[in-house]
Amino acid sequence: MYRAKIEVSLKPGHSDPEGQMTEQSLKELKFSANKVNVSKVYTITFEAKNKQDAQQTIEEMCKKLLANPTKDNYTYTIEEEK
Amino acid sequence: MNVVNVEDVRVLVMRVGGTNCDAETKRAFDELGAKAEVVHFNEMAKTKNLLDYNALVFPGGFSYGDYVRAGAIWATGTLTRLKADLKQFVDEGRPILGICNGFQVLVEAGLLPAFNGISEIPEATLATNIPIGYRCKWVYVRHENRGNCIFTKNIPKGKVIRIPVAHGEGRFLFSKEKEEEYLQKLIDNDQLVFRYCNKDGEPANGEFPTNPNGAYYDIAGICNPSGTVFGLMPHPERAFYGWHLPDWTKTENVPEYADGKLVFESVMDYLKKRF
Repeated sequence: MYRAKIEVSLKPGHSDPEGQMTEQSLKELKFSANKVNVSKVYTITFEAKNKQDAQQTIEEMCKKLLANPTKDNYTYTIEEEK
Repeated sequence: MNVVNVEDVRVLVMRVGGTNCDAETKRAFDELGAKAEVVHFNEMAKTKNLLDYNALVFPGGFSYGDYVRAGAIWATGTLTRLKADLKQFVDEGRPILGICNGFQVLVEAGLLPAFNGISEIPEATLATNIPIGYRCKWVYVRHENRGNCIFTKNIPKGKVIRIPVAHGEGRFLFSKEKEEEYLQKLIDNDQLVFRYCNKDGEPANGEFPTNPNGAYYDIAGICNPSGTVFGLMPHPERAFYGWHLPDWTKTENVPEYADGKLVFESVMDYLKKRF
């Protein structure tokens, strides 16, 4: 069993209205928030034959559903669960 | 299947959990004499044949709660369970309409803009509105198509129509590195259909609120290269009758129908001639 943590975030240069609104709200609360970016984190447990197979599966998940390459970047870590 | 009479036109209005514009969309087609059916996607995939229908609509709403990205889950499900039939549907020139969330589905499924056929990965996106927020208001869009889009054949090029939007993720975008190239393709292939504009037809040039969501090049609707798959963020089914207009109670001589009817009439005319 493997556990992956995938972070999907906006590519550089794309506007992040959710981040901007959050930044504004934090400032209204008197926090010093210079820049806020919002990303999504998916934690997925799944079966795979080995680490390489697990990585391939996660790549496919990202490409087929979790990220739209027009605007999204993704990074992930994979750990084997014992 | 052949359509002999208008009542033989079978339109599939597909829905899933979160769809909320199916009834209005069916009514618009029914008003023009077609036989529209609202069918849940699961029922469709399990017990019905997509190819029994002449036209397919992905209506507006919030399919699967807009989880992951608006339209992404429905798009993935459709491609997994109906891919071969869907490809045949498109190849045979049967019309597919995506309204609002339906437009998001078509883009996520690679059915739009589909520069080189149905694409494996999305070539565009409908991102979070700028300014952020759910925006429900009447806007103006200008018809830009030169005759390719079968859903707007009855709308003269340059005509300004009044129509409502209601969405939180409607900012049409291409990837930064390809936006100029893809825009040129849209124009060259006659895939650009509607742009947000002011009431005189001048482009919004990205300015809010004339452009209600920050869409690139004020894009409100596009079609595929063959003009038979069409997606738009505004809701033609909510601008169908004269009494849909926001100021109809204050207007003398309210028209029987509003501008959105032109979209449904255009596709019905195509279906009557084509099948």
